[in-house]
Amino acid sequence: MAQSITEDSVRAALTDRLKASHVEVQDMSGGCGQAFTSLIVSPEFVGKNSLQRHRLVNAALKDEIAQIHAWSAKCQTPEEYEKEKAATGGNDGPPLDGTAGGEVTGVRQ
Amino acid sequence: IQARFLSDQTRQAIDKAVSSAPVVLFMKGTPETPQCGFSRASIQVLGMQGVDPAKFAAFNVLEDNELRQGIKEYSDWPTIPQLYIDKEFVGGCDIIVSMHQSGELAKLLEEKKVLA
Repeated sequence: MAQSITEDSVRAALTDRLKASHVEVQDMSGGCGQAFTSLIVSPEFVGKNSLQRHRLVNAALKDEIAQIHAWSAKCQTPEEYEKEKAATGGNDGPPLDGTAGGEVTGVRQ
Repeated sequence: IQARFLSDQTRQAIDKAVSSAPVVLFMKGTPETPQCGFSRASIQVLGMQGVDPAKFAAFNVLEDNELRQGIKEYSDWPTIPQLYIDKEFVGGCDIIVSMHQSGELAKLLEEKKVLA
């Protein structure tokens, strides 16, 4: 069994493996370290559609995702991130669709 | 590390499932009773878009462990739910929701003529 997965370890992995310039990771499992949502900003996403971006993330976190119950990501290029920030005065942060108040409900794996 | 390979039998079963309707969702639970928030969110989006029930099929991966593991390998996608339109993999919950918000999903569903 690998080391337990934490917000910090996921953030470090994404920063390192996707050359991410900004990463927000949120544990949405209520503390058991089984579900995470994220906002990832990386120049590697430029010129890729949503599916290709998510596939890059899935590949970078293959081992981690296989061990946890739920995983969400919002993938933006630095330009998209700045644009959204300028337009809304902030950024929505990681996606929370599918959660109840930011926590995952439903079956346990 | 032991590599897992999709058996021919499972692959054929998934091929069949994917082509059983123009819009196919692999989910946890059923459309009436989703067993996970991500599957529920995906069903809600397809409902809001007005997908024709006659052109839609859902498969409950909780009832079939081989399907549950097999579909991940088939799509090269690690999580459930998974949406297919015209046998083509579209994405998981995040992609479905973001395409819904951007209007891309409405466009795609209209092009594929799968709306009620």
